[in-house]
Amino acid sequence: MRKTVPVIVAFLSGFVMVVSFFFNPERTFIGGGQEAVLQWVTIVSGFTLVLGVFSIVRVNARAVARRSKGWFYKLLTVVSVFAMAIPAMLPVSKNTVGGKIFFGIFPDNWGTLFGTGPSSIYDWLFTYVDQPMMETMFAMLAFFIASAAYRAFRARNAEATLLLLTAVLVMLWRVPMGEAFLRLFSDSFPQYINMFVMNGFNVAVQRGIIIGAALGAASMSLRIMLGIERTYMGKG
Amino acid sequence: MKKRLIASVLRIFILALFLIGIFSATAFGQTVEDPIFRINRLTVLVFMIIFSSAVLLYTTWARKGKKLFVRKIPGIDAVEEAVGRATEMGKPVLFIPGISDIDEIETIAGLSILGRVAKITARYDTPLSVPVRYPMILAAGQEVVEQSYIEVGKHDAYNSEIVKYVAGEQFAFTATVNGWMMRERPAANIYMGAFFAESLLLAESGNASGAIQIAGTARPEQLPFFIAACDYTLMGEELYAASSYLSREPLLLGGIKGQDFVKVIIIVAILLGVVLSSFGIGSWFVDLFRVP
Repeated sequence: MRKTVPVIVAFLSGFVMVVSFFFNPERTFIGGGQEAVLQWVTIVSGFTLVLGVFSIVRVNARAVARRSKGWFYKLLTVVSVFAMAIPAMLPVSKNTVGGKIFFGIFPDNWGTLFGTGPSSIYDWLFTYVDQPMMETMFAMLAFFIASAAYRAFRARNAEATLLLLTAVLVMLWRVPMGEAFLRLFSDSFPQYINMFVMNGFNVAVQRGIIIGAALGAASMSLRIMLGIERTYMGKG
Repeated sequence: MKKRLIASVLRIFILALFLIGIFSATAFGQTVEDPIFRINRLTVLVFMIIFSSAVLLYTTWARKGKKLFVRKIPGIDAVEEAVGRATEMGKPVLFIPGISDIDEIETIAGLSILGRVAKITARYDTPLSVPVRYPMILAAGQEVVEQSYIEVGKHDAYNSEIVKYVAGEQFAFTATVNGWMMRERPAANIYMGAFFAESLLLAESGNASGAIQIAGTARPEQLPFFIAACDYTLMGEELYAASSYLSREPLLLGGIKGQDFVKVIIIVAILLGVVLSSFGIGSWFVDLFRVP
């Protein structure tokens, strides 16, 4: 039963997605199947959020209780989860669910602090704490690109030297000053780099990888739909 | 016998539904302006039938015992070596099944490989850590890892905290994993699935921590980053072939061979298109492959 039911669900979901691709959603029920399955995925994902919160709290709370290495940061994680979630879930006015009881105890003007609207605690934490931290992480990418490029572009052999030369040309073409430098040799030099390197070799290789990956994905989907591949359930 | 019967019934079911769909659409009010069946997508249907037939044909041959050759993929062979290294060093193995949700086929491929990796780590008693970004992957990942531990007879060694939900935010997830890498210094980092801007952040931190790194993704835009920062990289289709390759099960390898057969058809079609277009008579051929 534990083996058969997931295979049947996988088959039916995949089958609906495939068949609905060929039918008009405005004129047939089956044509709208794709959208219906995706809605189901969203609904199920919503329920699993509880699992996620449970996991994050359990793992970190256990580490805090054991006073394991870095326990203070784990405590901060747990506190942050609730600091974001609880004010967002509290009622914003007397007309919302539980509002009458809540605002019977607390002043009415506290309502603006709750929910997810502007000037709420959630919004403040998101704008001034969460977002800057995400942006900092993203900005660090620039440094990592430099260190990775340094390693990748070392001219160790003929292929690596060719890669280095190509990279230098593309990087020059991408910045205005570099482009101006390339134009000293020929006005159409930057255009040639775009045409041969970017739209030629680069696109050809990318398309090769995409075609291979698409076939791999289709083959795996078919194996899953027909129950041949069950490794994603840990079986086989 | 029972499995064969189920597979045959499913195949007949698919074919029957398609035929019913096409005939009913044609019979009841199929018009050019407002069609029921999208005739302009017929090429996709034809291609799908050829593709499915090829995969099923090779799978049947594999089931009958025909030997199928699959080329060596160094990145997949390195998985066991990487886990062995971690065992010798007494350090953990980090596995990330991408940062997409379970509706992404790359994530499913990642989970399939996770099952294989978990079997190896369970066999060697090597600690495994699997941080995930979506709760749905948490549930699926825990199931996959537990099943793997059961299959190698090490259920007692299984701990539900092997797979843990870290954060829903892309960069919060990355920051947590990077921090863990620098503190715990895992001996092997395996990244298999869908990755985006965080690919280089993860791979470079892993490189700095001194771990042996194996990555696999089907996203061409992330591949250069993994190639630059990892020891082995599985490109595109290799990711989907990895679990079959690791299992060495003829049934699964049959699927890969079927895929290769279709690749030959595509290569022939591309060459034919190039030749026809070069002579200025290829527009009808190119139009065949346009999907509205």
